[in-house]
Parts: sequence; C-alpha cells; structure tokens
Amino acid sequence: MIDRLLSHDRPRNRWLAIVLVAIVVALALTPFIFPGTKALNVAAKIVVFVVLAASFDLLLGYTGIVSFAHTMFFGIGAYGIAIASTRLGSTWGALALGAVGALLLSALLSFLIGLFSLRVKAIFFAMITLAVASAFATLASQLSDFTGGEDGLTFKVPEALQPGTAYVSEPFLGASIDGRFVTYYLLFAVALLLVLALLRIVNSPFGRVLQAIRENDFRAEAIGYRTVVYRTIASVVSALFATLAGVLLALWLRYNGPDTTLSFEIMLDVLLIVVIGGMGTIYGAVVGSVLLVLAQNYLQDLMKLGASAVQDVPVLSQIVSPDRWLLWLGILFVLSVYYFPSGVVGRLRAMRRR
Amino acid sequence: MSDATTVTASTAASTRAEALPRTRFDFVPLISIVVLALAAWPAVGSSSTWLTLTFAGLAMGMIVFIAASGLTLVFGLMDVLNFGHSVFIALGAYITTSVFVAVFGDASPATLAPTLAAVLLAMLAAMLLGGVVGLGFERVIVRPVYGQHLKQILVTIGGAIIGEELIKVAWGPAQIPLPLPEALRGSVLIGDAAVEKFRLVAVVVGLVVLSALLYTLNRTKIGLLIRAGVQDREMVESMGYRIRRLFVGVFAAGSALAGLGGSLWGMNQQIVVPQIGGQVNVLLFIVIIIGGLGSTLGCLVGALLVGLMTNYVGFLAPKFTMFSSIGLMVAVLVWRPQGLYPVVNR
Repeated sequence: MIDRLLSHDRPRNRWLAIVLVAIVVALALTPFIFPGTKALNVAAKIVVFVVLAASFDLLLGYTGIVSFAHTMFFGIGAYGIAIASTRLGSTWGALALGAVGALLLSALLSFLIGLFSLRVKAIFFAMITLAVASAFATLASQLSDFTGGEDGLTFKVPEALQPGTAYVSEPFLGASIDGRFVTYYLLFAVALLLVLALLRIVNSPFGRVLQAIRENDFRAEAIGYRTVVYRTIASVVSALFATLAGVLLALWLRYNGPDTTLSFEIMLDVLLIVVIGGMGTIYGAVVGSVLLVLAQNYLQDLMKLGASAVQDVPVLSQIVSPDRWLLWLGILFVLSVYYFPSGVVGRLRAMRRR
Repeated sequence: MSDATTVTASTAASTRAEALPRTRFDFVPLISIVVLALAAWPAVGSSSTWLTLTFAGLAMGMIVFIAASGLTLVFGLMDVLNFGHSVFIALGAYITTSVFVAVFGDASPATLAPTLAAVLLAMLAAMLLGGVVGLGFERVIVRPVYGQHLKQILVTIGGAIIGEELIKVAWGPAQIPLPLPEALRGSVLIGDAAVEKFRLVAVVVGLVVLSALLYTLNRTKIGLLIRAGVQDREMVESMGYRIRRLFVGVFAAGSALAGLGGSLWGMNQQIVVPQIGGQVNVLLFIVIIIGGLGSTLGCLVGALLVGLMTNYVGFLAPKFTMFSSIGLMVAVLVWRPQGLYPVVNR
C-alpha cells in the first residue's frame, strides 16, 4: 500500500525515512502541537514550497535543465486566484476559473518557451527563461489596473475558508477549528497529492527517459527518443505543478504581489532548496523546504544571538548580522554543489551503501 | 524551420572550410542596425527627438557591449557561462560611488579637466578591482567545475548570491545615489538635437575599449591564440600553448571590463542598488544570445540593437521596454537560430 503510494520509490535509508515521517507527521499535526499563527504560517509556507521545489526538481534534478522562469508560473497561479477573486467575487467558481485559466496560460507559455529554446541548446534555456521571467515580473508590476502593481492584490476567499468562520465554538485539543484550520488542511491534502503525483511521474517510463536525457542526451536521442519533445513536456508538466503551488499560496495568504511570488529571491530559494535537499530525488525538495523555510524564519533569531556576542568586532558583526543569512546559505549552496552534489537525501542514501 | 536550420548550419560549415583562407564578411547584421534606426524615424516623428534617442541608444549599447564582451569571450573560449558576471558589474558601480565621494566630497567642480580625471580614476579603480576579484572568482568558483554545465550554472549563481551579500556587507543594503559630476550634467546641442554630455563620454570610452579589444584580438599573438582557442581549444593545446593560463587572463580581463561597464552603468542610472548587477545581467544575456554566443562582433551588434530598441520603445511605449529586447531576441533567433554571428564549432 505504502509502496504503491510512493510509486516504489522508497526513501531507501532508515534515517531519511524517519526524517520524512517526522516531517509529514509534524506538518499534519501543526495546528495541534504548535499553537500560534506564526507556526501555522511557517507550516503552510513549507507545504507550498515542497510542491514548488518538487516540481522544479522534475526539471533540474531529473531532466538536467535549469529554468529561471519557475517563479513566473508560481506567480501566474497566484495571480490567477487573486485576479479572479477580486473581479468575480469570493466564490468557489471564481477560484476554479482562476486556477484553470492560470493553468492554461502556464501550459501555453512554458510550451512556447520550451519550443523556442530547448531545440537550440540546453544552456539557452537558462538564459532565455531568466530574461522572460524578469520581463514578466516587470510587466506584472506595471499593469497595475489588472494586477495591483507593486502593491499587489488583497482579496477575500470563499466564506468556508475565511478566518472568521468558526466551525466549533470551543478550541478542540488546543486548536481553534475555523476557516484557517480548514484552509491549512486543504493545502496539506492537495500538496500531499501533488507530491505523490510527482513521484509517480518521475518513476514512470516517461521519468526514466528524462533521466536518460539528463545523463546523456546524445545517447538518448540515438536510442530513438525525441529529446526536444521530452524536455518540452517535462517543462510544461513542471510549470503546471508550479502554477498549482501558486494557487495554494494565494489561497493561504489571501494576497498576492510581485515580491511574494515573482521575485528572483524566490527563484533563488527554490534553487537552494533543491540543491541542498538533493537533486533528482523529490524527497530532497521536502527536506530542503523544511530546512530553508525554518532557516528563513528562525535562523535569523539565532544569528541575532551570534551578532550580539560579537557586536564589538567591526567586520565580523556585519557578517553575522541577521540580515545576512542569505550569505551563509549561499556559501552552503556552493559547498554542497562541490562536495555533496546529491544533497542531504543523496548523502543519507549513500551512507547505507557503505 | 528546424530542418532548414540544421541544413544551413552544416552547409555553412562546409562552405566556410572551402572558402578558407578568405572568408566573406557578413554585412547583413550591421545593416540591420541601420535598418532599425531608420525604421524608428517615422515612428518617432520629429528628427531631433530621433537623433537624441539614437545617440542615447548607441551610448547605452556601448556600455552594454563593454559589460558583455567579457561574458561572451569567456563563454566562447572555455564554454563557461558565468552567471556571477553580475557581481563585477555591481562592484564597478559601487567602487565608482566610493571614488566619487573620496575625490569630490560634497561638491564636484564645474570644470571639465579634473572631473574627467576623477571619472577616469573611478573607471580604472573599477577595472582593477573587477580584475582582481575576477581572478579569485575564477580560482574558487569556476575552476573546480570546468566542463560540467549544470554545476557551472549552479555554482556561479551561488557565487553571485555570495558576492551580492558581501557587497551589502561592505556598502550596506540601501541604495546609494551616484550623482553625475557637475561638469558632466546637462547636454550639448548638435543641430537641434540635445545630446547628454555623459553619453558622449560613454561613447568615447566604448570606442576606446572596442578598438583596444579589436586590436588585441586581431593584431597581437595573444589575440590570435584567443581566437584560435574559441574555434578549437584542443588544437591550440596540442600546439603547446597553455590555454588554461590564457583563459585565466581572459576571465580577469572580462571581469575588469564588467567592472568598467558597471561603473558607466552606475553613472548612467545615477543610483546604485545591490541588485544592479542582476538587472544588467539579464540584458547581457539577451545581447550575447542575439550576437551569437562567443562572438565579439556579434556582441557589439547585439548590444547596439538592444540599446537602440530600448530607447525607441522606451519613448514610444514605455511599458513594453523590457519586452522589446526579448521580442528582438525571439525575432533574431527565428531568423538565425545560432545568433547573428554564429561561432562555427558550437
């Protein structure tokens, strides 16, 4: 049963299995065991980033192509929900319409980009997606009638998901059963389904072809697979999953703006997650998202302690100041590309083989 | 379309081999610059505005060319696509702010000679620091991952993150104004078209860099080796030249040029933010794709095309400025999938 759910792609290491089970259980029980809005927000962000990073892993880890337009599709999903909800009112129909519209737009765009740049040379794809994504971000902040510009859009979700909606008057086991609670579990369930679906995709014959292309595209072509077609399909599928991640984020935040979904910083976050977690494993996205989002929210507190300890040393205090947390993650990123390119998950798996 | 391109690519390679030692120079991309400029004339309307825009476009193109030339050479020579190029650009811009503050203090002189000397000093400092940091960057970030494209992209991105954070450590995360020196503000009238003084400086610097680059590449032995290395690295190595060492030199020079480009770009924007390198980098990628990865002449033509396009569209329909360069890139790739001046063996 579990085996079929995981598409026969087990964690293959006891520690990794324990970590994964712990993460899933912790996320599933967050409203009960970690009270407070901050913990719930962090958990929701982890859930969304797991989907986003896992879909990016399909491209980077399994197909071996680097795309910088991944946040663009993330943003399209979030804007789809935001625009539909502001224009059509806060109904389920509007949400569905926004999500479907966003999915169609993402599919079309990723298909066009793939068709254009994947047939020439893989390295083109990295550059062209970078250019297209930054142009899209500029466009989104300039079409302010439509997207709310730099300020973004704040909107209402259907009543069942609103924080004010209380289902049970008394808190149940320390958690208040309200719209937020329902939204969180909606996010959790959808994300779980999406990650399992991604596992299914990468372990299908199609996924095997992608890995063959990653290892040696010339040979894959020689065996008779049209690499351009496979690469393009992979980028479309990955874009669709990223769009759904954007939909989830917008549902949770009830807000969307250029900085929350389209900025290059988010793209870097996703890169960091996938590389540090482990490329080409899907599980790496899970572990990496937990690490990065926790670091983003709690490492800064830790660094504050460090900074106050060395505040008299001129340069050092600058370097460990909490605002520079990205510096340390960047160093970790470079080191992990050099010394453990298969990331945390790959490291754990290699441990058993020895 | 795709079948046709592979056929033309292979025949182009074979005719080129037969046509040696004299190859015919391809004028079509150069003409396209003139065509673009002339096509914009009726769209803009007034001649003087058109002249101003054209000059602004050429100046911007020159700055972009300076910054991009290193990127394309490094790619051509060693197949290294450096996403960390942005660090040197940002570094150049920040050094310029520091030099201006150190030299001018609060008020800059209105006379031309000391101002130009200070600008020259700032540009030299930017180049020097860019080159030195480039040496370190090559050693620490690029060298361990030669020949592995995916890792190269990832590691150089990591280098860009670290570099940007270190710049924030050194100069602070806030934006820093970089006002032009008094003597370079305002514009001169050529006919009835107003041309900003700073743009004249940019064009002159660009021409100097261009001629130095052309001279080095076409008239010196180093340049001969670089061009040979771009065409066939292994052949040059088998002749006994250490292409690694050559590459380190090219990387440092490219970084120095990026520093210079960043210095000029900073003065052009008159404000410097830590993300400045990333913003320019997008433009640089578009330019070197248009020009053909690895081609210096293509880089120049691409930069001028993008510079002109940006200024015309910025005047006619400001919202679509960013998209215009991408549209240009798409159009060029449809026309010539390998860029304007394809480098033969790639």
